Amino acid sequence: MAADIKFTEEHEWLRVEDDLIVVGITEHAAEQLGDVVFVELPEEGTTVSKDDEVVVIESVKAASDILAPLDGEIVEVNSPLSDDPGKVGEDPMGDAWFFKMKIEDMSALNDFMSEAEYKDYIG
Amino acid sequence: MADQTSALNRTPLYDFHVAQEARMVPFAGYEMPVQYPLGVMKEHLHTRAAAGLFDVSHMGQVMLTSSEGIEALALALESIVPVDVLGLKPARQRYGIFTNETGGILDDLMISNTGDGLFLVVNAACKAEDIAHLNATLPDHVTVTEVTDRALLALQGPAAEAVLARLVPQVGELKFMDSVRITVDAVEWWISRSGYTGEDGFEISIPADMAVTVAEKLVAMDEVEPIGLGARDSLRLEAGLCLYGHDIDTTTSPVEGNIAWAIQKVRRWGGARAGGFPGAGRILSELENGVSNKRVGLLPQGRAPMREGTPLFASAESADQIGVITSGGFGPSVERPVAMGYLPSAYSVDGTEVFAELRGKRLPVTVAPMPFRTSTYKR
Repeated sequence: MAADIKFTEEHEWLRVEDDLIVVGITEHAAEQLGDVVFVELPEEGTTVSKDDEVVVIESVKAASDILAPLDGEIVEVNSPLSDDPGKVGEDPMGDAWFFKMKIEDMSALNDFMSEAEYKDYIG
Repeated sequence: MADQTSALNRTPLYDFHVAQEARMVPFAGYEMPVQYPLGVMKEHLHTRAAAGLFDVSHMGQVMLTSSEGIEALALALESIVPVDVLGLKPARQRYGIFTNETGGILDDLMISNTGDGLFLVVNAACKAEDIAHLNATLPDHVTVTEVTDRALLALQGPAAEAVLARLVPQVGELKFMDSVRITVDAVEWWISRSGYTGEDGFEISIPADMAVTVAEKLVAMDEVEPIGLGARDSLRLEAGLCLYGHDIDTTTSPVEGNIAWAIQKVRRWGGARAGGFPGAGRILSELENGVSNKRVGLLPQGRAPMREGTPLFASAESADQIGVITSGGFGPSVERPVAMGYLPSAYSVDGTEVFAELRGKRLPVTVAPMPFRTSTYKR
């Protein structure tokens, strides 16, 4: 399981699920954000480039963006999150995933941090 | 980061914030708590449900006295503040503003009549300029003293009276905007029944060296939680209260800023002491003739919060921007996004629909009366 999850410097997690990757934010990021009150998800079928702003999340105090970790296509979004944005704070690593995307080359995931490396990264 | 924070000031409550595990951020030159472990949302709701304790010691506390007495002092302050200071009774407090020559606002402030002087509370970010302005403009008989040996706390919410009465029993007698000095165990507490949340509550000036002890006593009570700047902002936003430097500034007049109520009749045209303050020409004329733009309440119709700087348009298609949001966010008590901003008078009527442009999309926003949530002051 741990081998199938990678972490970005932007505090996103990427989990491999068949030929797709599932993207969410880490507990550390959710904690920093505070209570999430709004989530705006991309449309399914959107083609994105690495670092495109694909999700907007807002806490009471501030807005932040989730960036596309790689080039690819958004194939599924977690629509219920829009109606229950508070879930991001409750279960960021599980139920509160944002989207699933198809990427061209799964080996690109090797460039991201492992769980142990991410833990070192956030200190 | 360490270098950046080392240059910041700390309030007398710094150690208290750290002990309460606050997340500290730079704010107006101070290291301030933006939130505690409870989080902005719950801190906001707790304040409206029970009582919240805020450190506002970063704000400027200024004492004015005069060798010629309180009336001469009040008249002197009226030369830079367009409110009825002379009519402010002892032990009462009033909202005021410093205006500039073009009718803009240098800062907003609270003015208390202490009987032997005037006690001002001004914004942290403006306090150095405010004190320089007071020294430069007030006559020689006035002495301006920054009070640097006292902390300033705010205790806000429906349980504030019951809580504070355990330390200072007399506070139950105070009404909204009363401002008194009460001696408890040989220590003078300067207490006003006021605040910045839309709730009943108190602002409490106490000697700096007892601030931590008092704060600890207060948060040890079941009703009280410490509250950070994050919830302070969402609370004042729901209450429709403007934030200096965002909703009003040196370019906005008090009439445009929709705080003309602060200018009593006696200072307006036809009043006994009309004018006589910087920018009076523009401001008094606007009071009679109206303004082309004014600050209004705005309710975004969707779920997306709209922040400061979001442009406003007359329709979903029109190319010309007609206004701007000056502060906005999510209102935890009203459970929806709320905002305020400037619009042309023709669009400022409650119920008018305009459009905000957010991330390339035009989203409907309705002009609405403020406060967004009924205030609960004890009048």
